[in-house]
Amino acid sequence: MKAGNISYRIVKDKIFKYFIIVAAISSALPLLFILYYIVSNGISAISWGFFFELPKPPGEIGGGISNALIGTIILIVTSSAIAIPPAVLLGIYLSESRNSMVSNLVRNAVEVMQGIPSIVVGILVYAWVVEPSGSFSTLSGAIALAIMMLPIISKSTEETLRMIPHYILEASLALGVPYYKTILRVILPSGLSGILTGIIISISRIAGETAPLLFTAFGNPFINWDITEPSNSLPLLIFNYAGSPYKEWHALAWGASIVLIAIVLLLNIISKIISKKWEVKF
Amino acid sequence: MGSKVLKIDGLNVYYDQSHILKDINLSFAENTVTAIMGPSGCGKTTLIRTINRMHEFTHGARTEGSIKLYGKDLHQIDPILVRRKVGMVFQKPNPFPTMSIYDNVIAGYKLNGFKLSKIEKNSIVEGSLVKAALWDEVKDNLYKKGAFLSGGQQQRLCIARALAMNPEILLFDEPTSALDPIATDRIEQLINELKAGLTIVLVTHNIAQAARVSDYTAFLYLGELIEFGTTKKMFTTPKNKKTEEYLNGKFG
Repeated sequence: MKAGNISYRIVKDKIFKYFIIVAAISSALPLLFILYYIVSNGISAISWGFFFELPKPPGEIGGGISNALIGTIILIVTSSAIAIPPAVLLGIYLSESRNSMVSNLVRNAVEVMQGIPSIVVGILVYAWVVEPSGSFSTLSGAIALAIMMLPIISKSTEETLRMIPHYILEASLALGVPYYKTILRVILPSGLSGILTGIIISISRIAGETAPLLFTAFGNPFINWDITEPSNSLPLLIFNYAGSPYKEWHALAWGASIVLIAIVLLLNIISKIISKKWEVKF
Repeated sequence: MGSKVLKIDGLNVYYDQSHILKDINLSFAENTVTAIMGPSGCGKTTLIRTINRMHEFTHGARTEGSIKLYGKDLHQIDPILVRRKVGMVFQKPNPFPTMSIYDNVIAGYKLNGFKLSKIEKNSIVEGSLVKAALWDEVKDNLYKKGAFLSGGQQQRLCIARALAMNPEILLFDEPTSALDPIATDRIEQLINELKAGLTIVLVTHNIAQAARVSDYTAFLYLGELIEFGTTKKMFTTPKNKKTEEYLNGKFG
């Protein structure tokens, strides 16, 4: 082989390497730009009062997003309470019954459900809950969000539990432990970190959802603790205030965006820590 | 020869359409080790899984014939109770990964929700680990997870876990096939010591192991029991030609 040939290859190799590095950096850049832009626009709105005060009418400087913050927390807690138990049970069923007709049908249904646009979920819950009950409510918003969470959690539960080797199940059964106790006390604890991670990811996914809340939780300029009443949420506040003609409200929307992104970021970090710390090795 | 602990009469096992075990008649004497040997796929594992009714978890499994534990039909007893009387040690060591060594040993009680005092628990854990020849190696690390143990130690932990339930029969399903020779030797010694307290059924594809540890040997081939007798006799003067061929390494 000629020497010129090899140096040509080395150059090609280098070009390719730099190309990959540039590609990797440029795909991370949008995230940095987004963060920079949001923080530089919204940081001025954030103060202690921002978290504890209600929004002020247009024309007045300051004000906070306490109504949206509390609304988002109540929505997340309520939708989690609705979605987690059935989603985890469904995931257990799908992982245990791998090849029956019913489980295949349900598995496909869950996958399709994951693909339903969130605005459609909002309209459905409007028709199923808001119309019959006669009013917008936090509960209906939570139901819409729970419908979005369900397939995410059940899928991650199923996948986590499938990774647990069959011999762990057999070890318990061979000790005379009934099947249901084996599932609850051996299999679920072994998959706990994966299940929790799935739950947290699903929460971070729905924390920023606006569309399903437009016709359900609706929004509320005041703090609301009653789940039968409408309530505000961070994405709803951003949606409404960013679209308003008032500069003061734009500032609130930017500030709320920082808070929302911080929440999502925090949830992601927590899920990473959990999956690392509580991971069970087989 | 001791009294018969377990008696299998005319046992047929099917998985869906396939006939796995054909008309098996066998009995196991108290405080003995019976080896079940034969080539892969002959139904050894299926046979011992019918003894603690673990085969029922396999989809499409069906049995005919009777298995009697101290004269009582196994199928008249709740399978959960059967599995507490008939312990099992698996091919691959399978301690519970989320539990400490202590909790692994006591798992049979804990998972079943039996209430025990701390003193009772301590004595069961120590007694079982001593019997499984693991106590000296783990007594300072009882509250650590079992995962850091070696393969052989994990297998002895699984034996301790089974012994903790005070079983009358202990089934070993190729317990050393995942272990190195030294760990294998320890398990074999252990089997020899344990038979004073219970009855052991050992599935093995290792002919030499059957010769070393068992009092009786059953030779299975294609789902049929070809020969059954004392190990000494079978290894010196096998009655059946198939047995002789298998022992001489002509197949399997």
